[in-house]
Amino acid sequence: MNEIVQKVLKGDQRSIARLITLAENNDDIATKAMRDIHPHTGHAQVIGITGVMGSGKSTLICELTRLYRKQGKTVGIIAIDPTSPFSGGALLGDRVRMMELAMDEGVFIRSMGTRGMLGGLTSAVYDVVEILDACGKDVVIVETVGVGQAEVDIIKIADTTLVVVIPGLGDSIQTLKAGVMEIADIYVVNKADRSGVEQTIAEVESLVDITCSGKDRKTPVLPTIAKQSKGIDVLLQGIDDHRTYLEKTHIFEKQRRLRYEAELVEIIRKQLMSFIFDESTVKERIDDLLDQIERKEIDPYSAAEEILGKILK
Amino acid sequence: MFDKKELEQIKKEKEEWMKEYYDPLIAKHPERKKRFENLSNTEIKQLYTPEDIAHLDFFKDIGFPGNHPFLRGVHATMHRGRLWTMRQFAGFGSAEETNQRYKYLLDHGETGLSVAFDYPTLYGYDTDHPMSRGEFGKCGVAISSLKDMEILFDGIPIDKITTSMTINGPAPIVWAFYIANAENRGISKDAIGGTIQNDILKEYIAQKSYIFPPEPSMRLIVDTFEYGSKYVPRWNTISISGYHIREAGSTAVQELAFTVGDGIEYVKWAMERGLNIDDFAPRLSFFFNAHNDFFEEIAKYRAARRIWAKELKKLGAKKPRSMLMRFHTQTAGCSLTAQQPEINIVRVTIQALAAILGGTQSLHTNSMDEALALPSEKAVRIALRTQQIIAEESGVTDTIDPLGGSYYVEWLTNEMEEQTYRYWDRVEKLGGVLSAIEKGFYQREIAAAAYKYQKEIDTNKRIIVGVNDYKTEETVDIPILKMDEKGEERQIKRLNKLKKDRNNQKVQRNLDVLRKIAEGNGNMMPAILDCVHSYATLGETCQVLRDVFGEYEEPAIY
Amino acid sequence: MVERKIRVLVAKPGLDGHDRGAKIVARALRDAGMEVIYTGLHQTADMIVEAAIQEDVDVVGLSLLSGAHMTLFVDVAKLLKKKGLGEVLIIGGGIIPEEDVPKLQKEGISAVFGPGTPTEKIVEYIEQNVKR
Repeated sequence: MNEIVQKVLKGDQRSIARLITLAENNDDIATKAMRDIHPHTGHAQVIGITGVMGSGKSTLICELTRLYRKQGKTVGIIAIDPTSPFSGGALLGDRVRMMELAMDEGVFIRSMGTRGMLGGLTSAVYDVVEILDACGKDVVIVETVGVGQAEVDIIKIADTTLVVVIPGLGDSIQTLKAGVMEIADIYVVNKADRSGVEQTIAEVESLVDITCSGKDRKTPVLPTIAKQSKGIDVLLQGIDDHRTYLEKTHIFEKQRRLRYEAELVEIIRKQLMSFIFDESTVKERIDDLLDQIERKEIDPYSAAEEILGKILK
Repeated sequence: MFDKKELEQIKKEKEEWMKEYYDPLIAKHPERKKRFENLSNTEIKQLYTPEDIAHLDFFKDIGFPGNHPFLRGVHATMHRGRLWTMRQFAGFGSAEETNQRYKYLLDHGETGLSVAFDYPTLYGYDTDHPMSRGEFGKCGVAISSLKDMEILFDGIPIDKITTSMTINGPAPIVWAFYIANAENRGISKDAIGGTIQNDILKEYIAQKSYIFPPEPSMRLIVDTFEYGSKYVPRWNTISISGYHIREAGSTAVQELAFTVGDGIEYVKWAMERGLNIDDFAPRLSFFFNAHNDFFEEIAKYRAARRIWAKELKKLGAKKPRSMLMRFHTQTAGCSLTAQQPEINIVRVTIQALAAILGGTQSLHTNSMDEALALPSEKAVRIALRTQQIIAEESGVTDTIDPLGGSYYVEWLTNEMEEQTYRYWDRVEKLGGVLSAIEKGFYQREIAAAAYKYQKEIDTNKRIIVGVNDYKTEETVDIPILKMDEKGEERQIKRLNKLKKDRNNQKVQRNLDVLRKIAEGNGNMMPAILDCVHSYATLGETCQVLRDVFGEYEEPAIY
Repeated sequence: MVERKIRVLVAKPGLDGHDRGAKIVARALRDAGMEVIYTGLHQTADMIVEAAIQEDVDVVGLSLLSGAHMTLFVDVAKLLKKKGLGEVLIIGGGIIPEEDVPKLQKEGISAVFGPGTPTEKIVEYIEQNVKR
């Protein structure tokens, strides 16, 4: 087992951070290290949090973390922000909203950009969850970009997914219906001291009635005022209850298996892409094929078939 | 304001002028830019005529100085009667050093004092607090107790001269230091005059030297309004500021809209507590920036006065003095360059001229070396002379509001007023000032404007002389202010001695009383004064308030 | 496909609340393709270094206009070194007199970008000097 993995398993912050970087960069060292990391995973509870900008996700995470810390648990936080499609850069602005957690040895915060991946996550997130899990974190919280209908990948990775809304979103709840609103294991109505909160709770509850009809668990709708630390203990209880439910019904194992499937698919995809676009002979061939496609000498499907054929050989 | 037939004739002839003279000339020799925009991105035309201000009513919209809506000035005589106060913001190191600088400035003709405090003081920390490490006296004077205040004003006639203090979070405490010092010198509270900045809204928006969260901060501010109107009637208990908002990168329109909007918010809070608007409004004052675009700045000040007069009337003010906006101006620090610093003198001159033509009551001119360090004696002397030359040699103060009636300036004044009301609509929709602050509205607007400005400079769309054009290879050779290295040590020694010499039981008792009142809902000023008189330090007094009110954390907005 | 991004921590040490420049630099670096973490105000050296470690940044940018740079920048540089982050590129900006720059460089702050610096210059400097 290589050195960096040993240090990570011991909880050395620098090594954890380094390995995350290597995984993000799709570095070979990481690919090798992750093989040794995986056997040490499975212990951490993974919570996903999504919701529109301004819904107070970061404050909520801060409050949840403080409660977990009081329980003696350690927490890893992955905060994901969108990478600019134009410049490839990103302003990772969640850490600054969690300043209260600074200097707590039991909390590790990592900011990540989506780096081109749709779905609200980043392709390295599976690795990072495993790294934080393996180094001993009891809880791993993943905060995603979560805005529209496409940002639903969080369910692939989280055991419990929280969708955060705020009063006064108005029509937005309607538009959020398809997609993001459906993925919640728990709805959080944050900033519950704002006017319109009863209406918002009612709207979400009626949505729950529809989506949960016939199911054995009704998704709870929990109000919080994260800035005043209100409702957090009930939320934490709700998360624990959900975990119990998952274990009792054995959905937990099913979800974990789906997560590994998503992870496997992602790794295959990455390595496939890597092979196609890094391997110079293949890349050259692609450039030629593109020329042909432009000249209408060949269609994209046939071109793809040729490339895939080469790989599968 | 003009004869209808004349206007039609002007319109016709302008069109002909465009066709015959202007357009053909542009075809041959294009103008220097495709589009001329001022710093608020308002498009500026080549020419303004009576058409542009035809809809104005001279009596309602323009009027006379000293009369509502005070567009042309707040007093009937303005600078013909009394020049603006020449008030240079100053402070560094320990109270002794700053006391010397104040005497220097007074010797050289300044007519009002203005105190700059160091960062620990601004945050309510004594010099010996861990967060004060490395910060003592660096950007202002360190005041940790009444003793320091006594030294700061030693030998200075504070019964004859007014003092402005740039302090916000701990403003009531520092004000108490000043009042207590005066009382100890036999000068009664109703004889001292001055200003405390005390404007917490713009701290949240721009300057960021806040301590407590919004509600308790507002309570403290209204406490000072109440106390001031009863016991310290010559004191301006707030200087509602746009300077810092502008320095953080806002446009002139944003500066205007956000500042006057803040002012109205304060009035509403005070009225909510039950104060009579005519009792406190006369002592509200303002503080604006004087930036580069000459005419825009002048239009800004004029628009500010008119908007304030209209709004205060709407809110029920009856006394004219409640509706007239008095303001202090400082030339734009952010416009100073580190490259070829001497040319900053030119920038400051133009900016000062705009402030004076805009009708300011009080003015600070920056020194040429301030992009490098705090002002040296020579540099600040030149800054002061700049004001004096404008006052004595330029003739611009011989008449009131000389730019009144200018088609361009009246049009721009109107334009800025309209844009202000548009901003206020947006703030209303966000739920009001505090809600907009919480949602990061102001901070986002400012950050976006700041970034746009920088991009314009980076791409040479906007020229800054000496920085992206007209550069020289010379190295900067300006003597920079040096501070006394031993100052911090002396200060800490002084603090320790103070804590030994005073009656510590009395101090504790007074702090306990303050705590009780803070936990309740009484006016905190009298208790603060008692603490201060017994030589409780700034840090000790502030800590009580920190314990009760907590500290503010900002929603970080880019 | 190795995808490397330069990660930068933009930090405001001490009590200085002037964040206009820090925010502008953060945006400019983002526009240049870097991942930027802004620490916010009132950071101690401990907080800055903890963030630098967890975020595994390539660059730490310190912004200060209050004159306390000789104490606060040096604190950060020393602590970064002590925690084994000597490879991290440290740059500074704000109101820093020319004569202090060599002293700061000796302590590990590679470059100081004063008022009037075009943002491009900072981007180029980072791209050319980042160590990994």
